[in-house]
Amino acid sequence: MSSASDAAKDDPLIGLFVTCLVDLFRPSVAFAAIKLIEAGGARVEVPRAQTCCGQPAYNSGDPADAAAIARQVIETFERFDYVVAPSGSCAGMLKVHYPRLLAEDPQFAERAKQLAAKSFELTSFLVDVLGLAKVDARYETSVTYHDSCSSLRELHVKDAPRHLLASVAGLTLIELPESEVCCGFGGTFSVKYPDISGAILDAKLHNILSTGARTVLAGDLGCLLQIAGGLKRERANVEARHVAEVLADMTDAPAIAATREPR
Amino acid sequence: MKDATDSFKRSVAEALADTELQRALQNVKSGFIVKSAAAKAKLPEFGTLRAEARAIKDHTLTHLDLYLEAYERKVVESGGQVHFAETAADARDIVLKLCREHGAKLVVKGKSMVSEEIGLNAHLQAAGIEAVETDLGEYIVQLRGETPSHIIAPVIHLNKETIAADFRRAHRGRPTSRRLNDPQDLVAEARAVLREKFLAADVGITGANLLLAETRSSVIVTSEGPGPLTSTLPRTHIVIASIAKIVPTLEDACTILRLLARSATGQEITTYTTFATGPRRGDDPDGPTAYHVVLVDNGRSEMLGGVFQDMLRCIRCGACLNHCPVYGAIGGHAYGSVYPGPMGAVLTPALQGIDHARDLPNASSFCGRCEEVCPMSIPLPSMMRAWRERDFAQGKRSRIGRLAFKVWAFAAKRPRLYHPLAGMSVPLLARLAGGRGHFNRLPFAKAWTGTRDLPAPEGKTFQQLYAKARRRHRQ
Amino acid sequence: MSAPDEARAIVLARIRSALGVATLDRARRSAVARRLERHPRGTIPAQAVQSPAGCIARLSEMLTKQGAEVARVATPEDAVHAIASYLSSNNLPPRLRMGSDLRLAALPWREAWDIGRVFGRAEPTDKACLSRALVAAAETGTLFLASGAENPTTLNFLPEIHMVLIRASDIVGSYEEAWGRLRGVYGERSLPRSVNLISGPSRTADIEQTIVRGAHGPRRLFVLILP
Repeated sequence: MSSASDAAKDDPLIGLFVTCLVDLFRPSVAFAAIKLIEAGGARVEVPRAQTCCGQPAYNSGDPADAAAIARQVIETFERFDYVVAPSGSCAGMLKVHYPRLLAEDPQFAERAKQLAAKSFELTSFLVDVLGLAKVDARYETSVTYHDSCSSLRELHVKDAPRHLLASVAGLTLIELPESEVCCGFGGTFSVKYPDISGAILDAKLHNILSTGARTVLAGDLGCLLQIAGGLKRERANVEARHVAEVLADMTDAPAIAATREPR
Repeated sequence: MKDATDSFKRSVAEALADTELQRALQNVKSGFIVKSAAAKAKLPEFGTLRAEARAIKDHTLTHLDLYLEAYERKVVESGGQVHFAETAADARDIVLKLCREHGAKLVVKGKSMVSEEIGLNAHLQAAGIEAVETDLGEYIVQLRGETPSHIIAPVIHLNKETIAADFRRAHRGRPTSRRLNDPQDLVAEARAVLREKFLAADVGITGANLLLAETRSSVIVTSEGPGPLTSTLPRTHIVIASIAKIVPTLEDACTILRLLARSATGQEITTYTTFATGPRRGDDPDGPTAYHVVLVDNGRSEMLGGVFQDMLRCIRCGACLNHCPVYGAIGGHAYGSVYPGPMGAVLTPALQGIDHARDLPNASSFCGRCEEVCPMSIPLPSMMRAWRERDFAQGKRSRIGRLAFKVWAFAAKRPRLYHPLAGMSVPLLARLAGGRGHFNRLPFAKAWTGTRDLPAPEGKTFQQLYAKARRRHRQ
Repeated sequence: MSAPDEARAIVLARIRSALGVATLDRARRSAVARRLERHPRGTIPAQAVQSPAGCIARLSEMLTKQGAEVARVATPEDAVHAIASYLSSNNLPPRLRMGSDLRLAALPWREAWDIGRVFGRAEPTDKACLSRALVAAAETGTLFLASGAENPTTLNFLPEIHMVLIRASDIVGSYEEAWGRLRGVYGERSLPRSVNLISGPSRTADIEQTIVRGAHGPRRLFVLILP
């Protein structure tokens, strides 16, 4: 982490939206995101007053709680130049759904729109806003990439991660067949309808294994927990990581769901 | 309520275990998806037409009463009759009454989803009138006493051996040694059997893909020909269509027809598009002598003016079904509704009430592909979410689920409570996993671990690690 | 169940109430009347805009792709020869059903004197029928056939083989132009009892997604384009 004096005062100030899944399941993703954003020439702060984007409430049909969480997020993050999340699903919540959720709230409707305008998923932020063309990383492995539904359809992120992966030394990217098809996570859907979620996952695993790649990457931890959980259950010899870890050259730590014996 | 959910879960389990069905569902992916993408790629104006079609339907829906009146006026002027049906029961009774008035013993039916919706065939059979489906897929489904599993490919779930067995069982008076090995054989036999029905039928009932206010025509698209045969051969033609099928003009029909076949099967147009405009005229040597239109409401008018209005733009192409990962995993029957897939997940609760169809809008991962491929730009996930809101507000879901959710929501709104709680649970879970890095079993997580391993939290929360790193950094 | 008039009134009232509109709203009424009056065209795809030669080429291409057989003939004599030879080379009896269409009647049938022509609506036993299409839209290879004594509808659907004659000058690019022609013949807002848009022979893919011809309608569609 660079010190405050290194960054110029007029570099953009980014508020990192950690996301609840990263916070609970894989903190390294957030550290990777910080490293990447700073490498792109911006300053990062991580406000403590954040928990979740509210999507579980929103998608469960509880707009009241979702809106309460949204207001909190807006209050916490609106002071930043940009809000960046290592997750298409959470970024999509801020960018697409907060304005809808708070459209009838006279105090927050406008603020929601303003926050939406400066909210981004990590890879698209790096490429489209910071203009990062390449990363300084090495990963000598064959890799395949799963496009998460929110990134793809809510935020139109498709090229950015591939663009950056292309600059990783030694990395071979093999396109995933049906990369744009859902992995079956869908938030609470994965536990409310586990058989269906599992069947959809099977199709995704089949496609991943068909590429022969050693690692599968994605920009959403929800998808990755689902995919990693499936790969592990199948005892497949494929690792799952968040794309940020590879881009930030932070791949020494075990992959998702991998054994974590002390070295 | 619980019954409906139990029955859904059972149907899902059956569908997932059904290897024939699973194989058939693969065909949907490799067939319809690939072909419709290719067809759309060949039409650069597809996006523009899509926007125009949406505007046409939106305009029509916001003026629906007036367009229905205009349509009705013209039909009556040309010697036809229009009957409004408030409910499914009314629609059934009207059709039965018309069949009786025209002395019908045998009715042939061209494709009509709404006639399935209202349960027409059973009603007619109960009154001693034989009603035969003539769309090949619908005919097979009828022989089996089933419902269609896809709105445009009704027997996508069956293989040819199964169908051959059905034909042998149902088609009496044919040599048992006859060949029924290939689809060609099956189609030839169906053609012969159904041809007899067409020629003997007293009444023909068709649905309508569109009703045109300008020319009072009903439009039906088919690739086989049951539409035109049903609307031409019998003496009486009854069109049964929902009130949402109206569009204003021939030009509007052109725009929508350009989207329909491409979105449905990937053809550029269906083989037959029939514009039927009333009974025989002076010099017509063929055609029906009586023409009736039954306009069915059955819950549509209630959808107007609210969050579900956009669902009435649906042109029943089936693209959403074809692209839905949930439909692709469980097929149409598991939905337990005439309308399966994403469009069914929105429409069925509107027609039957959310209590009877709770699982449909809930069993979705919100991947958004349906909305992406919908030629009428219907925001299906948003409407499914709106149903979830109504469902949530009723508070009828499982107690444990609701409690867990409440606890989570309480904490999520209070970071100062949330972080310490997370800070305690995460290391605990990490330790529970030992060095394995994942759980294949975990109390309270059976829903997840039943089908996949659960990656374990990795030691501390990010917030804890970040705070620690900052403290170290400051020192 | 409500009486018919009541049902109508109730449904319309429900619609108006859901939309929050008043019955006598002038602005809405004129919007509807205007659209019906003007029937504005939407976007016409570029592939539907062709020169006359382009229209003929595209119509042939699309129809062929969709399973029809297409023959361009230079003269009415050639047309009759083509029809006769199609019947004989496919082992069909030299018998043709058609309507009272004057242009079909005016073909030089003496060139194939052995073809027995019968007239009127089709019978189930007819093997081959001949109609004339009023107009065709090249964009998707779509023939527009209108009902009436000239070309009874049953000719399009009952036989094994359906032959359709169309003049090159009746081939337009887009559906909109085709409907424009029909409006010219039948009146602005009137259509004959049925207009059938036909783009190929009857087919189904219902059984195991395998395409099979001749599901209910004709197994084969033979289109002759005359100058």
